[in-house]
Amino acid sequence: MFYREAGDFKTSYVDDNQTFPIKFDRYRYYVVLIAAFAVVPLVINDYWVNAVFLPFLIYAIAAIGLNILVGYCGQVSLGTGGFMAVGAYACYKLMTGFPDINIFFHIILAGGITSAVCVLFGLPSLRIKGFYLAVATLAAQFFLVWLFNRVGWFYNYSASGQINAPERTVFGVAVTGAQTAPWAAYLFCLVFTVACAILARNLTRGMAGRKWMAIRDMDIAAEIIGVNPLKAKLTAFAVSGFFVGISGALFFSVYLGAVEVGEAFGINKSFLVLFMVIIGGLGSIFGSFAGAAFLVLLPVLLKNVLVGGLGWPTDLAAHLEFMIVGALIVIFLIAEPHGLAQLWRVAKEKLRLWPFPH
Amino acid sequence: MKQRLMTAAFAALMAAGPALADLTIVDTSYRTGAYAANGIPFSDGYQDYFTLLNERDGGVGGEKINLVECETGYNTEKGVECYEATKGAGNGALVYQPLSTGITYQLIPKASADGIPLHTMGYGRTSAKNGGVFEWVFNYPANYWDGASHAITHILDQNGGDISGKKISLVYHNSAYGKEPIRTLEELSAKHGFELVLLPVDHPGQEQKSQWLQIRRDRPDYVIMWGWGVMNQVAIQEAVNIKFPMENFIGIWWSGSENDVKAAGAAANGYKALTFHNLGRDYPVYDDIQKHVVDAGKAAGAGDQVGTVLYNRGMYAAMLAAEAIKTAQEMHGVSAINAAQLRDGMENLEMTEAKMAALGLPGFGPEFKVSCENHGGNGYGAVSQWDAAAGEFTLITDYFQSDQEIINKLVAEDSAAFAAENGITPRC
Repeated sequence: MFYREAGDFKTSYVDDNQTFPIKFDRYRYYVVLIAAFAVVPLVINDYWVNAVFLPFLIYAIAAIGLNILVGYCGQVSLGTGGFMAVGAYACYKLMTGFPDINIFFHIILAGGITSAVCVLFGLPSLRIKGFYLAVATLAAQFFLVWLFNRVGWFYNYSASGQINAPERTVFGVAVTGAQTAPWAAYLFCLVFTVACAILARNLTRGMAGRKWMAIRDMDIAAEIIGVNPLKAKLTAFAVSGFFVGISGALFFSVYLGAVEVGEAFGINKSFLVLFMVIIGGLGSIFGSFAGAAFLVLLPVLLKNVLVGGLGWPTDLAAHLEFMIVGALIVIFLIAEPHGLAQLWRVAKEKLRLWPFPH
Repeated sequence: MKQRLMTAAFAALMAAGPALADLTIVDTSYRTGAYAANGIPFSDGYQDYFTLLNERDGGVGGEKINLVECETGYNTEKGVECYEATKGAGNGALVYQPLSTGITYQLIPKASADGIPLHTMGYGRTSAKNGGVFEWVFNYPANYWDGASHAITHILDQNGGDISGKKISLVYHNSAYGKEPIRTLEELSAKHGFELVLLPVDHPGQEQKSQWLQIRRDRPDYVIMWGWGVMNQVAIQEAVNIKFPMENFIGIWWSGSENDVKAAGAAANGYKALTFHNLGRDYPVYDDIQKHVVDAGKAAGAGDQVGTVLYNRGMYAAMLAAEAIKTAQEMHGVSAINAAQLRDGMENLEMTEAKMAALGLPGFGPEFKVSCENHGGNGYGAVSQWDAAAGEFTLITDYFQSDQEIINKLVAEDSAAFAAENGITPRC
């Protein structure tokens, strides 16, 4: 009834190509944006920021980055944790090396550096495919973690090998360090998340995205119709690395504040982000958000229900949490192999017809 | 949509909250994951002591203790979630004992900003010993650098005071925790002329074949270990496999519990570990714990850990916290103290033999006095040895002091660097 194309006349190509062609979707999107920027910061507290919003926003960026590589370009990567570490350590070196430059630029630069590293490790993708590429990126994961553990220059030779984010401000408001107000950290990450999502959305539906998808669907055919596999694959690695680097930089500087590479950016992180992409839906920006929300929020929710609500012992709750999340992943993937994004697509189709399905 | 539903569910849950209580102590435990074998006994001991105080004495200074447990899984992200979730519990959390060096590093700036003391007993950031810079962090009675020095002093004693030319390997957990002693050992190696070989083991430490192969090839005179969780068991088993002489294998206090050695069976006999408190359960307080806590069915966990090394350590941590609460209550003349008042209590804590005897723990730990300049105690520790036949660790030395000259110099250096990085002017 509300959710339909009919009556919403598009009179220009720009209108015709917009992200949300349906009026209802468009307004919903604006409402979410307004709520996220104007309402949430007013009511948010330390717990909500540090346990819910920051991890969700930051993992969403990482998932978008990996989705471009895996979902859009079809290049399987298990190196996300290592690439996030590159972002984090680049950000740390920039923050401590150039303290006068705004943190905002440091994070973007950290994304750029990660992008370059990612391209370097993406070079083998020209020769190897599928599982073999996964193993090559797995090597990147282990090599990068080893590197940041081994070479003292990266952690400024601190005794413990930890990196700590010093306090940095944006417009005079602290966004990293212990004195950060919850709303400031939230808004800072939100700006990056929204910007990344818009950028990713527009890249993926443009020429670059079409080339990636052509490579994903059949690389030989793509080459025959004139897609340069070298350029397409390496741009996918570059763009993916940029987003993953930004998420690593935010993860370290705004969210955790102190990071130890083996623990924070280990192989588990690579798998976690890959699962977000698979559960959310390959080749979908919305899916990246949905996947991040599923894997970040569900454990926290379960913990609060089981321990806070029902008062169960913490160890029992922690074990149950694994089982429930695991079972839900299996059930979701059996019910909808294309992820949460596909469920959303189906729901939209149904909404279009509602309430007269025939 | 999904998120909004979750938001609503969350809001309802958070509003329900725990009941208000007088003194809230948070136990950030880990009973799951690769480090659970060590996390469980510590947490049990920590909780049981507070339960004992509630049951036997009606709390501390007439105020009941409200214990809140939060599972971290030794994971820093969950640790942050736990901290944020529990810091406002009851009338506000009084003190955190995260039992993880990684989580400690996260919490030092957060807790300092929120005004909640951290007690990192025998772990965490060593230079927090300098209370002038680290106002809210305490690491009495001993720290990692003391431990490194204890191990070397013990080796010196066994070699008549000369270890020049000896080869000592450090097998360490490749994390902030394991890297802490390296700088001290390097200084000591320069001072005493031994050769130091570093062998990192990656988390969680189940794979150590190559490290022990290297030890077999290098034939070091001694091996020192900085391990935790499953890494300890694997290392001791590997040492047994290459027939490394166990009496030359010395673990830090976190590598010296029954769980770590039992898996290797009789061959682990003679393995040494450091400690900063006494062992066993021949103390009057254990009769009370048995009577008021275990027999009453109020023990934390399965209740089967009483008297193990890490249980004792958890109980010791709880005892020090309770004594700091008492000190704070006396200082401020109120029984319902807050976190800032507890910090004052911790800074003025004095542990004497008479005090410990009165608590039913005679000779349990070293005597020390905390002050603004010294948040870390005097660096006394002892060496214990595993007796596989009896199935227990026993002390084989008296408490002895670490090399204060070297350690105080390093603490001053590291804390000055932290102060400069964060723009802190030392308080004293």
